[in-house]
Amino acid sequence: MRHVLSVTVENEPGVLSRVAGLFSGRGFNIESLNVAPTEEPGVSRMTITTHGDDAIVEQIVKQLRKLVTVITVRDYTDVKAVERELVLVKVNAEDSKRAEILRIVDIFRCKVIDVSLDELTVECTGDIGKVEAILDLLTRFGIKEVARTGSIALKRAKQ
Amino acid sequence: MELTGAQILLKCLEKEGVTCMFGFPGGAVIDIYDEIPRSKVEHILVRHEQGAIHAADGYARATGEVGVCLVTSGPGATNTVTGIATAYMDSIPVVILTGQVPTALIGNDAFQEVDIVGITRPCTKHNYLVKDINQLAKTIRQAFYLARTGRPGPVLVDLPKDIMQTKIEFTYPDDEEVKLRSYNPHLQPHVGQVRKVAQLIRKAEKPLIYSGGGVISARAHEEMTWLAHSLRIPVTSTLMGLGAFPGDDELWLGMLGMHGTYAANMAISECDVLLAVGARFDDRVTGKLATFAPHATIVHIDIDPTSIQKNVPVSVPLVADCRSALKALKAELAEATSKTDFVAQRKQWVEQVQNWARTHPLNYKDDGSSIKPQYVVEKLYEITKGDAIICTEVGQNQMWAAQFFKYKRPNTFITSGGLGTMGYGFPAAMGAQKAFPDKLVIDVAGDGSIQMCIQEMTTVVCNKLPVKIVILNNGYLGMVRQWQELFYNKNYCETCMDAQPDFVKLAEAYGAKGFRITEKNDVESTLRTALYETEGPVIVDVRVEREENVYPMVPAGASLTEMLLV
Repeated sequence: MRHVLSVTVENEPGVLSRVAGLFSGRGFNIESLNVAPTEEPGVSRMTITTHGDDAIVEQIVKQLRKLVTVITVRDYTDVKAVERELVLVKVNAEDSKRAEILRIVDIFRCKVIDVSLDELTVECTGDIGKVEAILDLLTRFGIKEVARTGSIALKRAKQ
Repeated sequence: MELTGAQILLKCLEKEGVTCMFGFPGGAVIDIYDEIPRSKVEHILVRHEQGAIHAADGYARATGEVGVCLVTSGPGATNTVTGIATAYMDSIPVVILTGQVPTALIGNDAFQEVDIVGITRPCTKHNYLVKDINQLAKTIRQAFYLARTGRPGPVLVDLPKDIMQTKIEFTYPDDEEVKLRSYNPHLQPHVGQVRKVAQLIRKAEKPLIYSGGGVISARAHEEMTWLAHSLRIPVTSTLMGLGAFPGDDELWLGMLGMHGTYAANMAISECDVLLAVGARFDDRVTGKLATFAPHATIVHIDIDPTSIQKNVPVSVPLVADCRSALKALKAELAEATSKTDFVAQRKQWVEQVQNWARTHPLNYKDDGSSIKPQYVVEKLYEITKGDAIICTEVGQNQMWAAQFFKYKRPNTFITSGGLGTMGYGFPAAMGAQKAFPDKLVIDVAGDGSIQMCIQEMTTVVCNKLPVKIVILNNGYLGMVRQWQELFYNKNYCETCMDAQPDFVKLAEAYGAKGFRITEKNDVESTLRTALYETEGPVIVDVRVEREENVYPMVPAGASLTEMLLV
């Protein structure tokens, strides 16, 4: 099962390698990993998406907590959280296909951020379902390059 | 007061209560060595950095305090890696101080530069590179704090040469500065869980304690012994846990697992409540997981949450320092022990396990035609009456030392359990001897392992550390040969090591005493002479039966009840 882990860490040299090394050394999967500073000075947030059964994910969470530079670990799988990923897609767009690509971009509320005679670069933000869906739809036009941030997530505020 | 980095480092070591460290100098640490004569910290010069780290580890295991080792950058640092991993696997508090090239050169492939922080990340509890002199004292304090609290472990601090030379106004950091917001070792047990555990063991018909190294590192042996005696619970232990419960007690079943006793492995398979204390369900202990303790409700007390549910599903986890947990259990059970007659309640079960022990004791065949290695260990126990610190190498020697010597106190059996590091025993014995100069410290060795750190003979001779090495010499890498015999069709590929030095002459070459025993009749008298009537370090080369096997043996991956017996 897919899990999204939100991990706050001390923003110091080597912390990424401690986390990444933990996953590789113990044979855990990383599907995506995103790191950037937070609102609090000295603290970074890592959003890690991973796959595993309950026992494995329990181990991943505990092993992460054991790292001295890790401050908190939250599993957003069973809590209400908002999750987004930003994707840049460079897609073939000759004249004959261009209109349809633009229609798809419109339907998915994406943006065209770069354009040339035969290519379009599209910026898409969404949860994993939306991102996968637009990539699926664009595949038949010929995707030339994709850059993805990996998921980032935050817990929803109490309603 | 204005001090250099090197001076600050030594001041901090003094403040941490360090009285001695093991090390080897080099270019990157000359500034530190320059200050050592002016400090209160004694330095023991080893002959190889692996000896330094194992000695610091042996010192830590014998005393329960943090062991310290100091080495130079590059090869000095990498030579400690095996020892760091050894300490990490067995949760031993060690602080490793490594020199590093000046900060301006880091990353330039400078002479004797290596990224030791990167290399040791997976085998240290934590590690540091000090890039700012203002962080030095704080880092050293944190390193010792991390090493000795929670689940103990090795912590490495990498010290660039220019940081050791820089001068600053020195103030010792206060507790508040040293605090780590992300590190709060969970120490106190959950009250509700304690109650649950108490209820389970009170009602159990066939309870069993399975104790591990955590009982020793938490100094919880007295509490555990109380629990076993007061509630009449038989005790088995891992290799790492030997010594926490008296080896001559009527409730003692011996070690469990691959080379565990028949009684211990049967008890695991029959018990209805298994109380695991400071143990981690290692594969050498559990055998086939699906059939491990099949009838038991498993209670697991451990300070490290990652140990719980890692290998075996646990019914009642109790995350806490073993000592606090057992103290809480004692308080919870005090009333029950006065009301319930546990001797009567547990009579049948205790009789059953004692019966297993009686019908299938640890034994070996001995027709007197050769010297059996088990006989040598038994004699060591008889002669010393158990009053010795026993260190071991790794392999058959280690298992026989675990099986045939009865350990009565914690911190008296020193062995590389998790990593299984050949060459560990002798330098570890050196560290233990440094900590206890007046105690008898014996390294039970094999002829293979002893050659891996033999260079430390010089260190023990010149530092007057009278370690007694007893080599169970069978001319083989015995444990591997045993596997080849049993599972690889006797294809003894590269395990025959009968090309070996003359260990008696070797001892003499180093300035120590050497003895050789080739006849069974001489074992006792020569051991007595070597251990009690010879000053200084000694090597005793005992020519034992060449193809003796360690039994019982549970083949890797088999159930604990599928033991091969003598």
